[in-house]
Amino acid sequence: MAIYPLKETKQPPKSQTKAVLWLKDNLFSSISNAALTFIALYVIYLLLPPILNWIIFDANFDLTADNQSCGRDGMCWAFINANLKMFIYGFYPQEELWRVNTMFGLIAALIVFGSLIKKSQYRVHYIIGSFLIYPVVAFVLLYGGLGLEIVETDKWGGLTLTVVVATIGIVASFPLGILLALGRQSEMRVVKFISVIYIEFVRGVPLITILFMASVVLPLFFSAGMDFDKLLRAVIGITLFQTAYIAEVIRGGLQAIPKGQYEAADAAGLSFVQKTMLVILPQALKISIPNIVGSFIALFKDTTLLLIIGLFDMLAIVGAASSNSNWLGRETEGYVFVAMIIWVILYSMSRYSKRLEVRFSTEHK
Amino acid sequence: MSELTNKEMGRKDCCDIIEVKALNKWYGDFHALKEINLKVQEGEIIVICGPSGSGKSTLIRCVNFLEKFQEGSITVDGTELTDDVKKIRQVRSEVSMVFQHFNLFPHLSIINNLTLAPIWVHNETKKQAREKALKLLDRVGIKDQAEKYPNQLSGGQQQRVAIARALCTSPKIMLFDEPTSALDPEMIAEVLDVMIELAKEGITMVCVTHEMGFAKKVADRVIFMDEGQIIEQNTPGKFFGNPESARLQLFLDQILSQ
Repeated sequence: MAIYPLKETKQPPKSQTKAVLWLKDNLFSSISNAALTFIALYVIYLLLPPILNWIIFDANFDLTADNQSCGRDGMCWAFINANLKMFIYGFYPQEELWRVNTMFGLIAALIVFGSLIKKSQYRVHYIIGSFLIYPVVAFVLLYGGLGLEIVETDKWGGLTLTVVVATIGIVASFPLGILLALGRQSEMRVVKFISVIYIEFVRGVPLITILFMASVVLPLFFSAGMDFDKLLRAVIGITLFQTAYIAEVIRGGLQAIPKGQYEAADAAGLSFVQKTMLVILPQALKISIPNIVGSFIALFKDTTLLLIIGLFDMLAIVGAASSNSNWLGRETEGYVFVAMIIWVILYSMSRYSKRLEVRFSTEHK
Repeated sequence: MSELTNKEMGRKDCCDIIEVKALNKWYGDFHALKEINLKVQEGEIIVICGPSGSGKSTLIRCVNFLEKFQEGSITVDGTELTDDVKKIRQVRSEVSMVFQHFNLFPHLSIINNLTLAPIWVHNETKKQAREKALKLLDRVGIKDQAEKYPNQLSGGQQQRVAIARALCTSPKIMLFDEPTSALDPEMIAEVLDVMIELAKEGITMVCVTHEMGFAKKVADRVIFMDEGQIIEQNTPGKFFGNPESARLQLFLDQILSQ
């Protein structure tokens, strides 16, 4: 038998620079990988220059140009400039625009202030308070009342409408989705049965059907005098739709929680509500963050379907703006611009979800 | 099976803190526990062993109602376990359990794992619960890890935290469900040491374990289960020195020959 002395720890060999090593490992690790790298580079070469040329290099940045002088070689930024207000506010009255701005400004201020008091013991109160009070303030600002002139919802449009509908949909569907997911996991048969029926029914129907039902079919059931707002109907439809999806996402998280966690909480004497709120949901929601945000991103994109029932979200505004006789034939500009804005918003959401994941991860520190 | 009188076992005639009467449990058609009768006195240290699938874990999980049973009765400290949620919570607030896989709450720091039940079930203030938790962590030797998260600790440390968590509610009874079975060999000793310390302090303990050294050292009574029944129970001396049933002899031969 032999005895082996302990060996010293050494640094890894430094034969190549990091950049070369990275290229070799990631882009040219095998012949097929190298081939794919070259194909991808070729595709980028084909696609990227024309796009950049159109948006930037051949574009006309003269913001005072009209449809004639703007030219057709590249993007006409004058069109965007001339219709910017419409893209953002829809047909909201000019002199009342400050109300929309105040609403957006308030939410930005709330978020900034919230991140400043991260360590404060009143943080939870602040968040809950904001969630209760802000919607009321935002509603009064947008719709009117309390001395403000009423602006009917058919005047709302553009980015404002998109953000309003998506936000209400997200904020309302989240707690409802949690309840529904818990309902589907429930040992009470009736609750479980109703939850399953609801989820499977809603998931089996396209959103567009639900929107049509909400805007066309629903009024048939009410007497003529009881006509409630088209936007409200659409928001309710979207929320009900989103609730089913969020419920399924959260159910996935709930199912990933080991049985031992339930048992440990039970054995400690926690009640059902305590067990759910303190032990199960925090873990289930944490696991579900990427999928929850994914679902919210899908919802945000789905708001473009409001166009179908005659509400003018940002995408629908493009059609309205480019059918103006002054700017005929500028749809491309509009759609590219709207795509850029939506991309920025959704990419921020996705980055934020990444940050949340890191912040809540206690699994592998 | 030999029925020993209380006197022979060195027990008093009163004060049964756990009383299991004619307990029967089925999983579907499988008869998991058959006519179990068991009395545990306050302060007694019971070790239950037996081959896997013998029903030993199921039995102690019935005591805090993690498992439902179909026939018989279990009375814990004067409260009979029924479907009544209030009674179940009453029993659970006096009985703590340590699991094979620790079951710490991974989203809470160690200290918050300990203070959860005291704050929410026993209505202690945050400060009280924290002080007690730190004392207990000190006792199991991991006070300096209080702010870490469970997954940053080794298995042995996690199990010691789990024991501290179980003690944090000042329970009358501690149930151990194979507390060392999921641990690496070099970590078993540190957990057993904590359990031995605990046993000396006079708390009632019911341990399902294969650690025969632990049984010999601290148990008042060792119970052997097989096929859902109690086959033999005795004082550790007689249990290991002079096993009566053939099945127990075979079992002891198998685990002690390793």
